[in-house]
Amino acid sequence: MNRKKIILNLFKKAYLIRTTEELIIKHYDNNEMKTPMHMSMGEEAIMAGVCTALGKNSQTFGTYRSHGLYLAVTEETDKFFAEMYGKVTGVLKGKSGSMHLLSPSDGLLGISAVVGSTIPLAVGAAFANIYLKKKQITTVFFGDGAVDEGVFWESLNIACSKGLPVLFVCEDNGYAVHTPLSARRGYKSLTNIVKQYSCSVFETDSTDAEQIYKLSLEAINSIQKKHRPAFLHLKYYRYLEHVGVHEDFHAGYRTKLEFMEWQKKDPVKLLRNKLKDVKVKDMDIIELEERINKQVEESLQKAKKAPFPDPSELLKNTFYEQTA
Amino acid sequence: MNKQLKLATKKISYRTAINQALHQEMERDNSIFTYGIDVADHKRIFGSTTGLLETFGPQRVFSTPLSEEALLGFGLGAAINGLRPINVHIRVDFLLLAINQLVNMVASYHYGSDGKLQVPLVIRAIIGKGWGQSYQHSKSLQSFFAHIPGLKVVMPTTPADAKGLLISAIRDNNPVVVLEHRMLYDVEDEVPIKPIPTPLGKGQILKIGTDITIIATSYSVVSAVQAAKVLEKQGVSVEVVDPRSIFPLDENLIIKSVEKTGHCIIADYDWTFCGFSAELATRIYEKLSHKLKSEVMRLGFAPTHCPSTRPLENEFYTDSIDLIRAVEKKLKLKEMDLSQETFYSYENQFRGPF
Ligand SMILES: Cc1ncc(C[n+]2csc(CCOP(=O)(O)OP(=O)(O)O)c2C)c(N)n1
Repeated sequence: MNRKKIILNLFKKAYLIRTTEELIIKHYDNNEMKTPMHMSMGEEAIMAGVCTALGKNSQTFGTYRSHGLYLAVTEETDKFFAEMYGKVTGVLKGKSGSMHLLSPSDGLLGISAVVGSTIPLAVGAAFANIYLKKKQITTVFFGDGAVDEGVFWESLNIACSKGLPVLFVCEDNGYAVHTPLSARRGYKSLTNIVKQYSCSVFETDSTDAEQIYKLSLEAINSIQKKHRPAFLHLKYYRYLEHVGVHEDFHAGYRTKLEFMEWQKKDPVKLLRNKLKDVKVKDMDIIELEERINKQVEESLQKAKKAPFPDPSELLKNTFYEQTA
Repeated sequence: MNKQLKLATKKISYRTAINQALHQEMERDNSIFTYGIDVADHKRIFGSTTGLLETFGPQRVFSTPLSEEALLGFGLGAAINGLRPINVHIRVDFLLLAINQLVNMVASYHYGSDGKLQVPLVIRAIIGKGWGQSYQHSKSLQSFFAHIPGLKVVMPTTPADAKGLLISAIRDNNPVVVLEHRMLYDVEDEVPIKPIPTPLGKGQILKIGTDITIIATSYSVVSAVQAAKVLEKQGVSVEVVDPRSIFPLDENLIIKSVEKTGHCIIADYDWTFCGFSAELATRIYEKLSHKLKSEVMRLGFAPTHCPSTRPLENEFYTDSIDLIRAVEKKLKLKEMDLSQETFYSYENQFRGPF
């Protein structure tokens, strides 16, 4: 891929995530999207960068902060919005809401509302790929809070001891809900510890999706060359409250000033400027943005009009029913 | 001729039956692998995984780090991605470390994917008893597991079922918890040589009777059959029903038996409060309240923790004598003299340590 194409891809994903969430913010307080929203706003560079580097033939797992990942991987918004509205046309017919999206046909195999709980699944999925001689890499995204959980360390250890093709991506916003790293860590550096494992470690605090894309490619390369996992530590700033669609600077656990510093290097803004670097015409940028705005707006309208699932849906798929 | 009768069988132990099921199924389907703490060490989970490593190699048979939660999640990840994992726990108690994965993830994954992903995952967990196993090596927890929608739970008692239920569990595309009993590992009986699945959700009548029904699970089935034999000498005809599968449940078989005898004792191998025995009793009352000749009686673990020392442990469990006395009470019979009876216990062969 040439640079122009890469930047365009990155921008498309990042802009889609941002626009989708801006529309959610606009409509959420109408109380029709009844699902706890953990917004991705601020982490667009991570999802755009890593997922673009992964390409089509890869498998991913994520967390309840799901919008960025789902949109980066699928780039579809019809089923997405329908799911937010709890409609039968949704990703999972309204059964999952915002916190457990998935799309196996796009390689997105699972998202969970229980912190850390998809990490071991990625390791097992990677084991299956080796076993079945498939060349895929399995990526799992998780927050800095998930690293507090034993299951993260258990999973990292298993993946490293077996040399499995797993890309661990820690999206570090410095907080687990409202509790900062400083109050939760009895050690200095996470990456220094992970470096003790049989695992390649990469890190950046950049919000530049292109840089994250390049670093992800390096990580993917190292997995393929060294036949062992890689750990990608990426910092970002969560723009909104932990759960919900509003700002929460009034709460006092972090400052608006801090936010404004990060906003100067806003990932979507950075990408938009880069489009000019690679000589995409203003007209074309505007046209692309309008196309995405329209896609998202139409999806929301369709979702609002769609029916709720029939009560008969309730019990379906509790068990897989064998059809002999 | 009945097809069943033509089946070639061989007398083997419960442990060998499990081992045979694993060998035959892994031979049949390359996507099956088995793993867990100590699965591939020289003891091979009390011999149940013997020979698997040598036959199928270290990718399909391996010991793991002591990381129960991650390893169950690992199994789930492999299951939704094309494999059929069998995760082994040498004690049910240790599976508790993986409860988050079991309840929040494994049980709901098919539902949460709107049926797009399947979870053909087996969890084998062994219930301990005797030789001072005490309160952290003796839990059964079938009531707890079966409470969760999305999980199937089976408790094989006979060697044939140890093989047949495991085969069904492996072939099922849902997660199945197989609760084996350590004290049954040495029991020998006729087992089909071929891999014949015992269907999940089909109970069996281990002894036909007309006066009273005892519904028992796991090791309590052994106590119930022994009690029935002793009572037979007194002219009391006990029907022993082994549900085998806790969920799905063969409710029909149970209701029919109790309808026939009118009296019912439930000897579940678990605590009674909020337990499987309460579930069965409720279902029996719902269907048969006006046809019962006496109230349903429930026996199970004492409502406390299992002690190590033998005299107290004896009090903790329901044994054959408890069942005989319960039947006498129910049928208003005089207490028989049991002083000349020897109650064979598999535990007599068991010198521990584990
Ligand atoms: C096992 C578990 N414990 C607690 C919670 C409640 N909870 C939800 S999100 C969260 C913080 C997680 O922080 P982090 O992993 O950094 O992810 P972020 O929300 O910042 O993206 C907590 C404690 C949960 N969902 N799961």
